[in-house]
Amino acid sequence: MDSPTLPQALAALRAELVEAVPHEAAEWLEATLGWAADADWESSFAVATRRVGRGALPVSGMPAADAARVLLLHAADADLATVTRLYQQGDAAERRAVLQALSYLHLGPEAVPLVEDALRTNDTRLIVAAVGDYAAAHLDQHQWRHAVLKCVFTGVPLTAVSGLATRTDAELLRMLGDYAAEREAAGRPVPEDVGEVLAAQPPHQPQHPQEP
Amino acid sequence: MRIFDPHIHMSSRTTDDYRAMRDAGVRALVEPAFWLGQPRTNVGSFLDYFDALLGWEPYRAAEHGITHHCALALNPKEANDPRCVPVLAELDRYLRKDSVVAVGEIGYDSMTPAEDEALAAQLQLAVDHELPALVHTPHRDKVAGVTRTVDVVRESALPTERVLLDHLNETTVAAAKDSGCWLGFSVYPDTKMDETRMVRLLREYGTEKVLVNSAADWGNSDPLKTRRVGEAMLADGFSDDEVDLVLWRNPVAFYSLSGRLDLGERPERDDYAGNVLRRGAPADS
Repeated sequence: MDSPTLPQALAALRAELVEAVPHEAAEWLEATLGWAADADWESSFAVATRRVGRGALPVSGMPAADAARVLLLHAADADLATVTRLYQQGDAAERRAVLQALSYLHLGPEAVPLVEDALRTNDTRLIVAAVGDYAAAHLDQHQWRHAVLKCVFTGVPLTAVSGLATRTDAELLRMLGDYAAEREAAGRPVPEDVGEVLAAQPPHQPQHPQEP
Repeated sequence: MRIFDPHIHMSSRTTDDYRAMRDAGVRALVEPAFWLGQPRTNVGSFLDYFDALLGWEPYRAAEHGITHHCALALNPKEANDPRCVPVLAELDRYLRKDSVVAVGEIGYDSMTPAEDEALAAQLQLAVDHELPALVHTPHRDKVAGVTRTVDVVRESALPTERVLLDHLNETTVAAAKDSGCWLGFSVYPDTKMDETRMVRLLREYGTEKVLVNSAADWGNSDPLKTRRVGEAMLADGFSDDEVDLVLWRNPVAFYSLSGRLDLGERPERDDYAGNVLRRGAPADS
């Protein structure tokens, strides 16, 4: 198997991780990434937190173990069957790492069921990880709008949603407008970020939903 | 008063309990896998439960400022059901998870040959995964059960210093202490121990390697019993330091034997990818 080239974002992540963790952890990481394509890298995936610690990286804010796991999945060029198994057998942190890695792997839309699974939970750790670049690229418009609403309902800030500016459509604005009206009717505040999206592109009446 | 409840079944408890526990000083807990009250009929039922103990329940606890770890196992009662026993083969991959700090609850219910096998197999799993073990002692025929449990532990490769014998009482504490195991006491409203008797045992047997838990579940139980024991200890003249030893440092020391206990800040909760603001809305989406 050709070793996959490292996208710029992952190269930066790897550099940041190696810089941030203790020397011993950095050595472990370099070694395990080196043989990830052809060895039992899944046991490294399982113990990543114990190897690199629970701290967050200083620049990206990503937990170090998430970064290590995303890099491992990429180095191993994990396929659909593998990411599906690791997600289904993973704890919350492992699932989150799989979700974050999806956009870096050679996967088409076939991994969307993992994103859908995460969006059915009420665990914001998973929801944040599910609304990244992979979701922006592969969720259909109906799923994507509901992913945005899910963020609004669970308190995940809309800055976490990839492609918000490019994928927001009239129907999403209608939904957010209805949500804001419902909040106001109940005497509850409208979240600031929802207000900002609506202020930037106020929904006009009447709306006719458009499917892509 | 900082409290670590070393044995409580939070998936049977409400969010109000989490709030009350936090207010009472509970900052960390371990939830061991157990019987659900309704018998399971297949392995998948265990897997969904284990996933909840590794996913949703720690999330729910963190929402209330409480750190959640778990112990995983095939429980003694269901070790007798051939539909459930194959979960033993699945435990290997679960026991690798970061927040698993023990194998448990294992031990005896009715002291059957099937329970013998499950107990021995899971003591070995604890050895293989470098985990301590939380061992339930039976409610029926308790004294004989504790003796037999200690014998099986001694025959296993797991040192007694890595075993917590739970649900002890006046009739079993001496044998348990002699064994070198850690000593667990469950404090209940009506059954098991109560806080007054607990204080008496602490006076008689000391505070070393003693853990007190609420073992609260779906039965008549009280998640604040740990706090009540701390108050009863203080009323009896124990010092703040002795209370802290029993309610915090002893459970921390026992579960630290796993090398996985993490009581620090968890970056994965709210501060990743921007600040997740809790908007006060129920997560009912």
